[in-house]
Amino acid sequence: MSDIKKIKDDYIDKLNTENNIEKVNNIKSELFGKNGIISNEFKKLGSISVEERKKLASDLNNIKDELQNKISIKIQEIETKEINLKLEKEKIDVTLPERNIEIGKIHPVSQVIDEISSIFSEIGFSVEEGPDVENEYNNFTALNTPDNHPARDMHDTFYLDNNKELLLRTHTSPVQVRTMLKGKPPFKIIAPGRTYRSDSDQTHAPMFHQVEGLHIDKNINMGHLKGCLNYFIKEFFEVDKIKMRFRPSHFPFTEPSAEVDIGYEIKDGKIVIGEGNKWLEILGCGMVHPNVLKNVNVNPSKYQGYAFGIGIDRLGMLKYGINDLRAFFETDYRWLSHFGFDPLDVPSNYRGLSR
Amino acid sequence: MKFTIDWLKNHLDTKFNNNQIIDKLTNIGLEVESFESSTSELDTFIVAKIINAKTHPNADRLKLCDVDIGSDKTIEVVCGAPNAKNGLLTVYAPPGSIIPKNQMKLSVSKIRGVTSYGMLCSESELLLSNESDGIIELKNNKYANKIGEKYFKNTSEKVIDLSITPNRPDCLGVRGIARDLSAAGAGKLKINKKSNLKYRGNQNINVTIKKEKAQGCTIFGSCLIKNVTNKESPKWLKDKILSLGQKPISAIVDITNYVMFDLNRPLHAYDADKIDNEIIVRSSSKGESFEALDNKKYILENDMCVISDRSGVLGLGGIIGGIRSGTEYSTRNILLESAYFLPRSIRKTSKQLNIDTDAKFRFERGIDPLSIEEGLIKASELIKQICGGEISNLDVKKIENYKKTIINFDPFLFEKTTGFNVENKELIKILEKLGFNVSKNKKILKLVIPSWRPDITQPIDIVEEIVRIKGYEHINTSEPIKTRLKPTLNYYQKLFHFLQRSVASKGYLETVTWSFTDSKINQLFKENDQEIPIVNPISSDLNVLRNSIFPNLLFYLKKNLDRGFKDISLFEIGPAFKGKNPGDQLTIIGAVKAGKVSRLSWNDKERNVDTFDVKKDVIQSLCEAGIDKDEIVIDDKTPSYYHPGKSGGVYQNKNEKNALAYFGEIHPNIIKKLDIKTESLVIFEICLDYIKESKQKIKDLKSEYKFSDFQKSERDFAFIIDKNFKSQELVNIIKSVDNKLIKSVRVFDVFEGENIAEGKKSIAVNVTIQSEEKTLNENDLENINKLIISSVESKSGAKIRS
Repeated sequence: MSDIKKIKDDYIDKLNTENNIEKVNNIKSELFGKNGIISNEFKKLGSISVEERKKLASDLNNIKDELQNKISIKIQEIETKEINLKLEKEKIDVTLPERNIEIGKIHPVSQVIDEISSIFSEIGFSVEEGPDVENEYNNFTALNTPDNHPARDMHDTFYLDNNKELLLRTHTSPVQVRTMLKGKPPFKIIAPGRTYRSDSDQTHAPMFHQVEGLHIDKNINMGHLKGCLNYFIKEFFEVDKIKMRFRPSHFPFTEPSAEVDIGYEIKDGKIVIGEGNKWLEILGCGMVHPNVLKNVNVNPSKYQGYAFGIGIDRLGMLKYGINDLRAFFETDYRWLSHFGFDPLDVPSNYRGLSR
Repeated sequence: MKFTIDWLKNHLDTKFNNNQIIDKLTNIGLEVESFESSTSELDTFIVAKIINAKTHPNADRLKLCDVDIGSDKTIEVVCGAPNAKNGLLTVYAPPGSIIPKNQMKLSVSKIRGVTSYGMLCSESELLLSNESDGIIELKNNKYANKIGEKYFKNTSEKVIDLSITPNRPDCLGVRGIARDLSAAGAGKLKINKKSNLKYRGNQNINVTIKKEKAQGCTIFGSCLIKNVTNKESPKWLKDKILSLGQKPISAIVDITNYVMFDLNRPLHAYDADKIDNEIIVRSSSKGESFEALDNKKYILENDMCVISDRSGVLGLGGIIGGIRSGTEYSTRNILLESAYFLPRSIRKTSKQLNIDTDAKFRFERGIDPLSIEEGLIKASELIKQICGGEISNLDVKKIENYKKTIINFDPFLFEKTTGFNVENKELIKILEKLGFNVSKNKKILKLVIPSWRPDITQPIDIVEEIVRIKGYEHINTSEPIKTRLKPTLNYYQKLFHFLQRSVASKGYLETVTWSFTDSKINQLFKENDQEIPIVNPISSDLNVLRNSIFPNLLFYLKKNLDRGFKDISLFEIGPAFKGKNPGDQLTIIGAVKAGKVSRLSWNDKERNVDTFDVKKDVIQSLCEAGIDKDEIVIDDKTPSYYHPGKSGGVYQNKNEKNALAYFGEIHPNIIKKLDIKTESLVIFEICLDYIKESKQKIKDLKSEYKFSDFQKSERDFAFIIDKNFKSQELVNIIKSVDNKLIKSVRVFDVFEGENIAEGKKSIAVNVTIQSEEKTLNENDLENINKLIISSVESKSGAKIRS
């Protein structure tokens, strides 16, 4: 027995100093192979008395466990060392540039349209659309703006025929007409889209974007109009406090009509929305004129409601500090990269309107 | 509409200060655009200090002065004054200033080879004295801290500029504005003094309004004023005219203008001695002409309302007078006209002839038809006062009598519309102050509409009057009603937003370009669509509606290439027009990709962008939008602006007639024509309207979850096949061998040339085979292999490569 212990101690010493994986494996077969030292000791157990056998077997098992344990630790140790050595050689410069990233962007107008749609969706509006080419009736006459009305002068219209029957819509309001003509009240829609006026300078572009709003039901009054726009403006500009002013105005298709101003101030040369003692006009609105309702076969003694029209580009300029309207439509790669939005940045209520 | 507070106070007794008046105006719907002193030509002259005066290098008598004008840089001015010296405070006139003495406009100029920015002024040049020997010397103690400020104080009164909406002609006169303010509690409207004008004799120039179908005049009032002395207007009148931003002309003309702005009552004064016998108000005949007061000759069409005499046209009624009967300083006898012209007629005529005048602007919106006499009396009084003369009796001819408008108004409509209540008493008070005659019949108010309010025709107009005078701040803010009537977006709207972001996420920058484009570029992309010209384009290179998105995209792509960008990916989603009628439009995504992939990469080999880059982008976007990739069919027929051999069309499935997308290289001829310089240019387009809405919602699709745990096998095959045989067909043949067992077929090599016969190619495919019922044994697999080979060989004429 003491021989075995000695053998064990010798092998433990050997293993302690051994660093070659093959040699460790050789030791393993020397001990536990078919004719290995330990294996042979176990074979001998059959020839001794029961009493002795119990004792010896237990000792042998302990020795076996100890050696096997030692061997597997040793193997692991050597392997780890070898791997580490190998990895050390494989080291690369991770500060080298990654493969080219191609970053796409969403145009600010599209982003703002999505923001607006998200806000109005929260209070139950659905989105309607209409064509860019309109007939004279939908764009003007149905909206209580007959041919001899001076209000037409405020719209510099692009025409597609000499009879002035076909035109590029000057506002999104014809979508009101189309929506009401094809359906039955109540109506609760917004209609964003392209609009056109033959006007071009630093602050006017021949094409721009508007969003129309329309809510018609049995008892919709100016208080609802005020509440709806108040909600929208606060949500859109993502500020807690905003100064708003409803001011009487005139549009042929609404009565009473209002323009809405918001407060602002100039801080360090930048426009700050919300507070301040200056006013900025941002939208026109009012109660849909009974003549318009009659024109679209809605009974004005039963139904009433409000409509509004907001300049989308201007709203975007204010929110995101864009100075030049014309740059929106000039496709300058630098401008699009700078003012564009990440495509994953989808405005929504639960994720927040904007980052 | 411009006026001064002083002028307003001629009509309004008020305790309001200026700012209160400004606020009130805006609050009742008369929007104040500005409240400023009218600018003066003297505003540009400023206090300045000579910092350094040195001798001009090329002229001994001239000096070169560095002048501090209160900005962060000094200005260099050449000056001939002997007294110009360091530290002198004087008056500086920048370029653009008009020198009072000679009315010369200064410009930047070179004096003996040195540029002089403006000049330093003498007292004589500013008409302050005759002193012209040197420049003004200002006292140090008074002016030392005023450098950069205006030298002349602007003493003119501040002018209010209102933006009057087209429904309010009555507020195109100061009295109307005063009336509105009085209704809103800003003071009391002054009562017009009764005139004690004495009339002498009759207006003996006969006036006839012809009864014609197109007659644009219904009332023509006039009086004759004899023995006047026309002259320059007195200062008070000149100041009024100047405050409107207009030039004083003569007392007679200034008075008619003054009455127009005061009462919104346009008038016209004729030199009575130049009228041939009588006045005939009639419709014009085509070809008649006259020379107007704007010194232009107008040739008339039929049915324009003209004031004429026996010799012909004197003027266009309500729009502009003529030179032939114009008043001059020598005019002795005047015929003063105060008439009513129909808005429709005025508008039509002025549009046809493209004339815009203050009178036209007012008549077009509707003048008070009952203000004929008031205007004649007010102007006659002033003429008599300033120019003397005797006034005849007033002569008023009319072919139509004014009819009162009466509205029965139920006050409940007010609350129903605005959401708040105003006591009847207050409501009536507001209306009465606005000039309504109110009587009560139980709950209903019977309202006689003032003659100066042509805009008021129905009860809702009354609601507006009350709420704007009461103040919009009284309207309650109701919480938004959240009820939803239908889903926010329909299928195509969702698709629009989804594809927009899907394409952008593949590295494309979204742009928005005009819906119109240059017909010359559009021509290259319009295929069989009709061209849609704009009658009045903003410029000749934006003269048609775009038939395709590409004309603009390529135009701007070129601009960006010219800016030095090399690798560009751009897209736009928007309309392309197929016809000129409403709705003849498709929603298209157009995308362009130029340059290289992996340019200047340290680890990847750079290469030109190619057809398969855009094919990937288009197919991936469509799959992301919910289109089944396995159903998609590609063919090689594309519009003519694509490279005929390197482009393809995408169909949603094999039964679809319209391609929902195209992709590929652009035709080399177009690149040449547009002079686009890039290594490679590929494009794609998706037509959203041609995408068919899936019948199954995603919740239904998700429920069909099938998978197989049995072992799958992969086999590779290489076929020698005709060069023009489409790989898509080969794949389909293999799949159709056993749709259940063959899970996928991938083309992993295409090869032509060495060892391959002319006109042939080698295609290698990898086929994945898996059963849903069992593990396939060697025998099963061998059978399928054989079937694949025999099917391909028999259906495509290919040979398996050994």
